[in-house]
Amino acid sequence: MNSFLNVNRPPVFCPGCTHEKITQGLDKALVQLGLRPDKTVIVSDIGCSGLFDTFFNVHALHGLHGRALTYAFGLKLANPELNVIVTMGDGGLGIGGAHVLASCRKNPDITLIVLNNFNFGMTGGQYSVTTPADAITGSEFLNRAEIPLDICAVAESAGATWIDRCSGQDSDLAEHIVKAVRHKGFSVVETLGLCTGRYTKRNKLTPKILDQMIADLPVRNGLVEKNARPEYGELYRKFAAEKTHFPEPVTIEKRFSLEKPEPQEVVILGSAGMRIVTAGDIVCYAGLSAGMNVSMKNDYNITVLRGQSVSEILISPEKIGYAGIKAPTVVLALSEEGVQRRKNIFKTLSPSTFVLKEKSVEIPDTGAEVHEIDFKSYKISKPDWALASLGFLADKEKLFTSEMLQFAIRSRFNEKVSASALETVAKLMGN
Amino acid sequence: MALSFMEGNEAIARGAIAAGCDFFAGYPITPATTIFNSMLKMLPPRGGICIQGEDEIASIGYCIGASMAGRKVLTATSGPGISLYSEQISFGIGGEIPLVIADVQRLGPSTGSATRGADSDIQFLRWGNTGGIPVIVLAPKDVQDCYVLTVHAFNYAEEFRCPVFIASNKEIGMTKESVDLGAARLPKVVERKMFGGGDYLPFSADSNMAPPFLPIGGKTLVRQTSSTHGPDGYITIDPEVIANTQQRLADKIEQAEERITLFEETMKEGTDTLVISYGVTSRAVEDAAIKLEREGKPVSTLTLKTLWPVPEKLLRKKAEPFNRIVVIEMNQGQYVGEIRRVLRDKNIDFYGQMDGVLITPSKIMEVIGNE
Repeated sequence: MNSFLNVNRPPVFCPGCTHEKITQGLDKALVQLGLRPDKTVIVSDIGCSGLFDTFFNVHALHGLHGRALTYAFGLKLANPELNVIVTMGDGGLGIGGAHVLASCRKNPDITLIVLNNFNFGMTGGQYSVTTPADAITGSEFLNRAEIPLDICAVAESAGATWIDRCSGQDSDLAEHIVKAVRHKGFSVVETLGLCTGRYTKRNKLTPKILDQMIADLPVRNGLVEKNARPEYGELYRKFAAEKTHFPEPVTIEKRFSLEKPEPQEVVILGSAGMRIVTAGDIVCYAGLSAGMNVSMKNDYNITVLRGQSVSEILISPEKIGYAGIKAPTVVLALSEEGVQRRKNIFKTLSPSTFVLKEKSVEIPDTGAEVHEIDFKSYKISKPDWALASLGFLADKEKLFTSEMLQFAIRSRFNEKVSASALETVAKLMGN
Repeated sequence: MALSFMEGNEAIARGAIAAGCDFFAGYPITPATTIFNSMLKMLPPRGGICIQGEDEIASIGYCIGASMAGRKVLTATSGPGISLYSEQISFGIGGEIPLVIADVQRLGPSTGSATRGADSDIQFLRWGNTGGIPVIVLAPKDVQDCYVLTVHAFNYAEEFRCPVFIASNKEIGMTKESVDLGAARLPKVVERKMFGGGDYLPFSADSNMAPPFLPIGGKTLVRQTSSTHGPDGYITIDPEVIANTQQRLADKIEQAEERITLFEETMKEGTDTLVISYGVTSRAVEDAAIKLEREGKPVSTLTLKTLWPVPEKLLRKKAEPFNRIVVIEMNQGQYVGEIRRVLRDKNIDFYGQMDGVLITPSKIMEVIGNE
């Protein structure tokens, strides 16, 4: 193929704009690379660089300002055969900075061509993240209070494996692009250019000055040895291929029949680290083993290592509607924090409510039937109090029988953990 | 019978797998994170891809790229993430890109409460795009719905080539419950309609339909663009072409309203009150209705599973015999306006609650009792 250019869609840039040279350079590079058009996509975003997707006879995706790399990444992962080339201006670079950093860190096999012409051409020459502080821009004095970003330096510290900088006016621009596309990994080619419609009207900038700017900046000419590493997709697929186990849902066959299945509302009041949620799971498993419907809501702090941990469980022979607690039938009061979180329920409890409190825990006045256990006297440590309470419940045939509890524990844990959990609950059974 | 035990978020992941989802990208956010966790466990063994984006904008951007490569994609977030998705959602609408977005709603506004439920985003999901083009929003009421509606969501996304939202809620997403997956009636999985023939124009479609699809990376060159475009995918300023596209984007969804309408009802003969609700609130409504029937004061209930497009024909038909309509919502009244718009001649009472806790059946009984 002699050219990838779409003859029906010629470039429409301002006379003298470097973007036109980059269009030609990219076309020359595509020809040299001999890429298949149907295996190549140009992804662009907003601004004059966002016109690039229309000029070439390849696949094209034109999206939101600064987000081109996000689509490019999705395309490349979904179809690793694609050659993905992104064009982005200094505007997109600024607004989409997070995606540039992420691409440098992740190292997907994508080529990013930055068309840096030092300002927002389309909207009136406002300053961008690369505008020199002494430039005259459409943003009055604002750029004078900031400094420009060296994207190549940022890319290097963010882990880019290929960084190149050249003038968009360079006669060997195509060579720069060819090498970048051939690089397996994320490649950044920063091109410096002239925005003749806006920037050079107010600022002295010529091809020669561009060359001098590049000469004055640290040399960037391709492979970044210190960042060299495998491409993202290859690593992702390697690690993902090791994950062969598909997690089937937790499913519990009905194996016990309750003589009189009744709705139960269970509240477990504890603290972080007391395995309240795990105890709640076991209560639910036991219910499921008798063919009951169950639901469980948990309340704990986002900072999981401290504060209350409350589990609210419904067990019912009927389908469960409202999943909140209305009238608890069983309350386990295992820590002050947990009790404080639901202190208002105690005065509402009916005389038939079964309350189990740890000896050290104070509870508000209640008309319920209160049982007290001194777990320390059983040599049971605090992280096991919730589990041990279930042994006490089974012993009193509250919620479940000891067979149901033992089955639930075996279903919830692996063999080793089950053995010690069964020992713990046994301490409270048969007393 | 064997019951499974899972939270709503896991059920959405399982629904996605059942629908053939093979790409997920998301960013951690309570209460939606466990959808991401589940997909990360489920997709790799099935050959699918699961990625954590550097932010929400990237996550949905990855999904847009993957969808355009032909994948079936899911992302999941909560209200603050939907805000960040917004511009990309507009792209999904205008570019007719199939996307399924699970919004596990939490109490807003803004950061709000990460671990408190509310149906905060019901209007936001519909109108949070530039252009005001219709989208499809499904609202599960329990774990089983999360499973089933997710398959519907994928089917709609593929057929109508648009973003489809699952408007879940912290109170479903993070509540574990028993569910009989075997008894769930899943719809037949719908695949994207592919273009056959020559001279592909990526946005050429029949008047009320989505265009047939070809992937980026296939033999035929494809254009996708977020800009106003003609059938060829190039920018246009032709008013007639623009008007036709705008109309088609609306028509393809609105004219399929009846087909997209999903609901449940419990109609009791001789009742004069119909209680309309959606999401987790409808469970308390059903409990209240059972109690009221026992008290000799029965009411009928209608649970909407499709919120957008508004099931106008269903609402009119179901409401027809009733003198009084009661609408209950876990917000300050986001959907009741739609119901008032559709049922203009009805007496409509409303109760909304947005305080981080579930509306109780007794509160609903009180509202129904206060004529």
